[in-house]
Amino acid sequence: MKKTIFIVAAIILGALVCGALDNIHTFGEPGKTPMDDYFLANSLKTLSTENVVTSIVFDYRGFDTIGEAAVLFTAVCSIGAIFREGRGKH
Amino acid sequence: MRPLSVVVRTGCDFFAWFMIVFGVNIVLHGYMTPGGGFQGGAIIATFLVFLLVAYGGKKVLSWANETIYEILFEELGLLCFFILAFLGLNNSFFYNFLAVPLGTVSSGILSIFPSSGTTALMSVAVGIEVTGALSLVILTMFKGIRLFIQNPPEEELGHDR
Repeated sequence: MKKTIFIVAAIILGALVCGALDNIHTFGEPGKTPMDDYFLANSLKTLSTENVVTSIVFDYRGFDTIGEAAVLFTAVCSIGAIFREGRGKH
Repeated sequence: MRPLSVVVRTGCDFFAWFMIVFGVNIVLHGYMTPGGGFQGGAIIATFLVFLLVAYGGKKVLSWANETIYEILFEELGLLCFFILAFLGLNNSFFYNFLAVPLGTVSSGILSIFPSSGTTALMSVAVGIEVTGALSLVILTMFKGIRLFIQNPPEEELGHDR
């Protein structure tokens, strides 16, 4: 019974994914690029940042960079938790 | 790890410092050349790996101070990053309040900062943070290797000699 439900759900999910892929643009030809054009036009003009990638990482999408810093911090914390001295004494 | 031969150690003496110079160069110029905080920080953290491979574990553990990496690097970098993000809250989160648009000349105390404003400063902060984080990972994992050996021998386990 459980197996049948899972198979039906997988088929439905696969059909939905195929339906979503139907409308995708061809590789190498992006459909609409207003955001890219904005970044390329304005990063040097308004922010005077020659490196567009840095202006996106630290300014336009800075909130993502906070997530990256949090990921790194969590990794360091977990490694400290695994490899700290006195492991196995408690 | 035992120290490697004299040739390797001399090469490390010559070239390990250039790694730091190169990494700091990439971090400081993150706003105008390819690179930035993460990449430059990773290059600076390579310095510790250089020393660890060439000089062996005992010497490097006596040199390296974990508190510096923990407090000065990791926490200072993260705090600078967050404070810079919150300073622009007058307009919006992550607002670049120090940026000077192209063609205008900044005056007063603002002229000591690069014209790209918080982008350059955040790049430096993230560089400091990544340096501390990766160096801490290397140091902690190297210390932790010994915990998994049942009866650690007196002599260090090595790959040379």
